[in-house]
Amino acid sequence: MDKIVFRKPKLLNDTPFHYCPGCTHGIVHRLIAEALENLGEYDNVVGIAPVGCAVFAYNYFRCDMFQAAHGRAPSVATGIKRATPENTVFVYQGDGDLASIGMAEIVHAATRGENITVIFINNGIYGMTGGQMAPTTLQGQKTTTSPAGRDPLEHGNPIKICELLATLTGPAYIARTSVHDVRSVKATRDALEYGFAMQKNKRGFSLIEILSTCPTNFHMTPAQSLAYVKDVGCKAYPLGVYKDIGLQAEEKKA
Amino acid sequence: MKKLWKGNEAVAEAAIAAGCRCFFGYPITPQNEIPEYMSWRLKEVGGHFVQAESEVSAINMVYGAAGAGARAMTSSSSPGVSLKQEGISYIAGAEVPCVVMNMMRAGPGLGGIQPGQSDYFQATKGGGHGDYRLLVYAPASVQEAADLTYKAFFRADYYRNPVMILGDGMLGQMMEPAEIPAAIDPAALPAKPWAAGGRNGGVQRVINSIFMNPDTLEEHNRELTRKYEDMAKNEVLFEHYRTQDAQVVLVAYGIVARICKAAVDALRAEGIKAGLFRPITLFPFAYGELAKLGNGAAQKFVSVELSCGQLIEDVKLGLYDCEKRPQVGIFARVGGNVMKPEDVVAYVKEGRLSASWIK
Repeated sequence: MDKIVFRKPKLLNDTPFHYCPGCTHGIVHRLIAEALENLGEYDNVVGIAPVGCAVFAYNYFRCDMFQAAHGRAPSVATGIKRATPENTVFVYQGDGDLASIGMAEIVHAATRGENITVIFINNGIYGMTGGQMAPTTLQGQKTTTSPAGRDPLEHGNPIKICELLATLTGPAYIARTSVHDVRSVKATRDALEYGFAMQKNKRGFSLIEILSTCPTNFHMTPAQSLAYVKDVGCKAYPLGVYKDIGLQAEEKKA
Repeated sequence: MKKLWKGNEAVAEAAIAAGCRCFFGYPITPQNEIPEYMSWRLKEVGGHFVQAESEVSAINMVYGAAGAGARAMTSSSSPGVSLKQEGISYIAGAEVPCVVMNMMRAGPGLGGIQPGQSDYFQATKGGGHGDYRLLVYAPASVQEAADLTYKAFFRADYYRNPVMILGDGMLGQMMEPAEIPAAIDPAALPAKPWAAGGRNGGVQRVINSIFMNPDTLEEHNRELTRKYEDMAKNEVLFEHYRTQDAQVVLVAYGIVARICKAAVDALRAEGIKAGLFRPITLFPFAYGELAKLGNGAAQKFVSVELSCGQLIEDVKLGLYDCEKRPQVGIFARVGGNVMKPEDVVAYVKEGRLSASWIK
């Protein structure tokens, strides 16, 4: 008898991803589905797609999904979670969506300790609109709106979301991972699973920032893009856990 | 049983009676009693209240809760309702039912905090980007505000469309005896199979307003238009007050209509055949009913409004096809000022119909 050693997670359907070759959105979609499946979640998941390259994310997941206005996904998730607290609610946002136009929404969802899980894709660029400067674009990085490279004096400085949100009392779990190699991919899945477990345990807001690629707008091959994330991205945005209040509530001290 | 209710609190309680269990809002005068009331009252009925970080966020919370199947509402006043327009467009585009309350204040910009009606265009002609309409109710008393708020949740669910209650600072702040409609149990409401509320049995539901194929989007617009045309056929509400033989017809909605009733009585006492036509739905607008008056005894129409010439455009549209082409003028106070009945009486007695509110 042949033994099945690899299959699609139950939460993903068979629609081919529309993402560019070498883009890491597809990897992260799969990791989300795997993490939820590992926790036994299937029929009680609601996801929110952002504006950006992942605007069609609902085409790939089997769970109920919303398409939100630019930056507003954490607010939409808040409404869903309050109305149906029995659902596991995840938000999928890119850096323009979350760290620029949606900064107020993410900060306040975090500080409320809203019991949702946010997957934050940080590739330092606006992908869908054609490679403009993002709030997370690195100093010196060339984009179509910073053609000579991002100059802090002219364009301001990159925003570090994990570091910023970790200063708040509300969040339960804040971590930054990457998907540039097998090891980091596995670590990302573990972080996602942990974030979803936080939500299941009603511990509150969790956010996993995932350093990602955009070969098309980096003007690099997929392999070069992964190397860039490893060598440059991970230096500017250090990986690690920025906040973790633990999966279980502390026992009351006598 | 009738009780003395403040307008803002009456609409909040009426929403709860209609099964509203999710409220998301942001403080802005003159509607603060609504979120304040909801913050404690929803807890008593097992509902959810969130004071959002902005009106932008609040309307998106409504989108989430209502899209997941709950009866949800937000309230605000003019500048805040402007901020909600993006979300309202998405909600209308995604065909999600909800109720939005606008207790209008005078504008533009930050304007003032006294009553106004200057969001008429915004409320009735779309408001945000794209082609969409809201069902818009304009109550003229605390009782009617409660009744229409209650009704709004049912009509919203029926059409899967946002419904707006267009009140004003005076209606929100004043107290009158009113009876809140009998409360329903939201759990007993019909299921919403379209709602993306989880437990989907593996069959995905998507709440969405993106259609990249022009033909698909055109078809979507066609379906939406069909819905708005259905509203125009079935939802028009209005009130006649002494219009039967009226030669001068005042057209006014909301709190201004109350003032106009007093003006009509005063004019009648002086032998002038005046009447009031009060649209209760602002979209759909009672064009046909107005035209009947235009084809009857009425020779003059006065749009009485707290805006610089907004309602008058719909009055003119309604009378456009009348054979006699009745004259239309405007009498307005703005900036938070409200006319007195005697101001309206004086305007009518003067006999000249102004094309512009500044004469």
